[in-house]
Amino acid sequence: MNAPDTEAGIVDAVLAAREPLAIEGNGSKRGLLRPVQAAETLSTRNLSGITLYKPTEMVLSARAGTPLPEIEATLAERGQMLAPEPPDTHALFGVRQPATIGGIVATNLSGPRRINAGSIRDHLLGIRFVNGRGEVVRSGGRVLKNVTGLDLCKLLAGSHGTLGVLTEITMKVLPATEATATLKVAVPDIATGIRALSAGLTSPYGITGAALLPMGPTALLRLEDFAESVTYRAARLREDLARFGEVSMVEAPESRLLWRSIRDADPINGGPDHAIWRLSIRPSAAPALVAALQEAFAARLLLDWGGGLVWVAGPATEEAHQAVLAATIAARGSYTLFRAPEPLRAAVAVIPPEAPALAAIAARVKAALDPAGLFNPGRMRAGQ
Amino acid sequence: MIPLPPPKPEILARRDAIIAALRTLVPGEGVIGDETRLKPYETDGLSAYRQPPLAVVLPTTTEQVAAVMRYCHGNGIRVVPRGAGTSLSGGALPLADAVVIGLMRMNRILEIDFDDRLAVVEAGVTNLGITKAVEHEGFFYAPDPSSQLACMIGGNVNMNSGGAHCLKYGVTANNLLGLKLVTPEGEIVEVGGDHLDTAGYDWLGLMTGSEGMLGIVTEVTVRILRGPEGARAMLAAFKGTEIAGAAVDAIIGSGIIPVALEFMDKPCIHACEAFAHAGYPLDAEAMLIIEVEGSVAEQDFLLARIKEICARFDPISLKVATSAEESMAIWKGRKGAFGAVGRISPDYLCMDGTIPTGELPFVLKRIGEMSTQYGLQVANVFHAGDGNLHPLIMFDANNPASFRAAEDFGADILKLCVEVGGCLTGEHGVGVEKRDLMHVQFQPHELAQQRAIKTAFDPAWLLNPHKVFPLEALPQ
Ligand SMILES: Cc1cc2nc3c(=O)[nH]c(=O)nc-3n(C[C@H](O)[C@H](O)[C@H](O)COP(=O)(O)OP(=O)(O)OC[C@H]3O[C@@H](n4cnc5c(N)ncnc54)[C@H](O)[C@@H]3O)c2cc1C
Ligand SMILES: Cc1cc2nc3c(=O)[nH]c(=O)nc-3n(C[C@H](O)[C@H](O)[C@H](O)COP(=O)(O)OP(=O)(O)OC[C@H]3O[C@@H](n4cnc5c(N)ncnc54)[C@H](O)[C@@H]3O)c2cc1C
Repeated sequence: MNAPDTEAGIVDAVLAAREPLAIEGNGSKRGLLRPVQAAETLSTRNLSGITLYKPTEMVLSARAGTPLPEIEATLAERGQMLAPEPPDTHALFGVRQPATIGGIVATNLSGPRRINAGSIRDHLLGIRFVNGRGEVVRSGGRVLKNVTGLDLCKLLAGSHGTLGVLTEITMKVLPATEATATLKVAVPDIATGIRALSAGLTSPYGITGAALLPMGPTALLRLEDFAESVTYRAARLREDLARFGEVSMVEAPESRLLWRSIRDADPINGGPDHAIWRLSIRPSAAPALVAALQEAFAARLLLDWGGGLVWVAGPATEEAHQAVLAATIAARGSYTLFRAPEPLRAAVAVIPPEAPALAAIAARVKAALDPAGLFNPGRMRAGQ
Repeated sequence: MIPLPPPKPEILARRDAIIAALRTLVPGEGVIGDETRLKPYETDGLSAYRQPPLAVVLPTTTEQVAAVMRYCHGNGIRVVPRGAGTSLSGGALPLADAVVIGLMRMNRILEIDFDDRLAVVEAGVTNLGITKAVEHEGFFYAPDPSSQLACMIGGNVNMNSGGAHCLKYGVTANNLLGLKLVTPEGEIVEVGGDHLDTAGYDWLGLMTGSEGMLGIVTEVTVRILRGPEGARAMLAAFKGTEIAGAAVDAIIGSGIIPVALEFMDKPCIHACEAFAHAGYPLDAEAMLIIEVEGSVAEQDFLLARIKEICARFDPISLKVATSAEESMAIWKGRKGAFGAVGRISPDYLCMDGTIPTGELPFVLKRIGEMSTQYGLQVANVFHAGDGNLHPLIMFDANNPASFRAAEDFGADILKLCVEVGGCLTGEHGVGVEKRDLMHVQFQPHELAQQRAIKTAFDPAWLLNPHKVFPLEALPQ
């Protein structure tokens, strides 16, 4: 593995490459999406360190290989946070190393607060990356509002290392919330649970987490704000939610642990031989989707984002994958085969195929950034 | 003056045939060809630039847009998309050999779903039109550009527009779920959807802010939000811009993100006060308008905290609204700022750079020096929380030298924004206005990279080809 400790080293590695490269940070998500066929690995893990932090300007820059825990600790010292709450997936993937900020941006993975605060890409202010021609390209910047030119930050976020090697990331950071509490509603069924979450999310109380545990089932609604606000809103919400089932209150710090486990999808993690899918759908489509999946196989499920994010664990078979695919298409949603043994990942479409007109544009965009097809070939789609 | 690419003579020569062909694609009143009726389309919010187009097409369906795009693509005809034409950067400025596709007739609201918190609307629905359609249930569409009465969601998407409340709610990009669009080659595609995150390349994110260069947006799925229980404003005036800047830092540093945090400098305070009689303190060097949201008790609590912070900075006055009416009075001057400046000088350029907020005192000082140097007055309004600066440069449009000086002054301000770590445009877009300054912010290979992505969408460079990128690389 080649793991340079400077951006110039990344440039040299790209310029010297004659064969495709597997791009990674700490490789904590190597098991993600399709296996990459590459002779060599280029890692940004040694490209580490925070390069700028201005708490009052709500901005932090770090080299791509900076471990997420280091960034979170630095922010916590000044009472700030990465609002999208990226998951810590190392239990899910059975690996030791923490995620890097580059990997988090390249996978655009957001946690429960995404429903209220936006995703990783929403908080991404600027990037530096090395394209397939070995050029260092900047997009965005270090200010909160910027519409100068095409927004390559959005394009690179979630592109899973297929368009460029990120070398530096600038994020918007927000004040960490002072207090938190969670309301638990014991609901009779999934459909009622989704309605309870919608009721919370359409209230004026700024819900920052809305999850549904099918066991029970239990709807969970999180409040985060100044202590006075949390107390006041919890009391109001308790009344509003009582029509959906019995309401109880979980205080911090138990609430914090609860949301950490939802963030990291702990409740569905049944062992490495299972496959895990992550589906993004319209919340009202969740009850039918859940029913279809439960009929198809013994699905373990976790719903977040008011029912708009569905984590599914099940057998790592093509039949199960087809069932997930069919249920997602019926819901007009999007899916990712998040974790699976390699044979399944290599055999199926791990993310939905694109319409031909978009696929043609995608191929030309890929060529515009990585003309020789060096980066992560086949990571997202066969031939992409 | 910023040059436009020369028209293609062979297209101009075929004008009548092109208009006849367009009429078969968009029947009825949907095609405008005569000179007087083309006049309203010759400019946008950057009215110093004018150029009537070859023709205007006003389709009513996505299929008609696709038919027009296929025809134009097949015949090598340039196309300029247009919403309400409120762009302040000349984004909707036509070309003599271009067909303008105006989306204003596509103004239907297709779906509203409060439980799923989304609305599907056609591109020609106005920004405020979305909020109007959902406010009876206490909902709103969050990005609120000052032009919201007129500007259209398709234009907002293409400019990634912001507003006074984007410190808390984000800009257009953060409030979208999906788009239906027509590619430059005339294909209808959907990107994103009615859910939060779509696996694959983020076409939705790339299209947002692409200034009409990558496709014609015909439908938009937006997030709608439940409004807060209430909101209230306060006003804080200080003896110096540096002091006001430090107060902003202290507020953000305390963990409070107000829903709006607006800054006005002395010339702006004076202009607004003369216009609106809002009771602004005329002896202040800088003034903040700070708005918070929540229940009355939450507002009280947050405003008390902010007041306490501001009190540490030796304020000239601190006024906390005690009612919705008092809040409105505080906002009245700020909301009329452009009109107020318009009374002092009928012609002004509204600039739109962003700076790191810590650089504000330095930047305002430099702008003051430049104002003396150019002999032109300037008033500054500033979205203080996010660093977006709007200097209003006053000039005399009847005097070409005055206009040239204003353009040069504006360019100098934007260069300064980049120098201190900011950017050329925070929300108005590059358009034609800042096109030739792009090299100040980007290296040649970085511009080439962006252009290559434009080429991937629009290989023939027919869609809004004269915007954003310096002309020298425009394929002939
Ligand atoms: C579909 C999917 C599958 C996942 N599978 C796993 C898994 O098997 N194990 C696991 O622990 N977590 C997994 N995750 C979680 C997630 O990938 C990690 O939490 C986090 O991104 C890991 O950071 P890293 O630095 O270790 O990334 P890596 O695992 O090293 O890389 C993650 C992805 O980002 C790209 N990447 C990393 N750094 C850069 C860079 N500097 N520039 C450009 N691209 C870069 C890689 O090419 C890869 O595609 C998955 C996430 C998703 C969305
Ligand atoms: C008084 C005033 C106040 C303003 N205040 C703000 C403010 O607070 N914040 C802010 O961000 N902006 C502001 N603006 C700027 C302007 O209103 C925004 O840029 C707005 O989004 C433009 O919308 P529009 O419908 O007028 O688009 P137009 O001006 O018609 O077009 C804007 C750009 O988008 C393209 N376009 C338009 N519709 C489509 C479509 N359907 N598909 C593809 N491309 C399309 C055009 O080609 C052009 O490049 C203000 C303007 C004025 C005049």
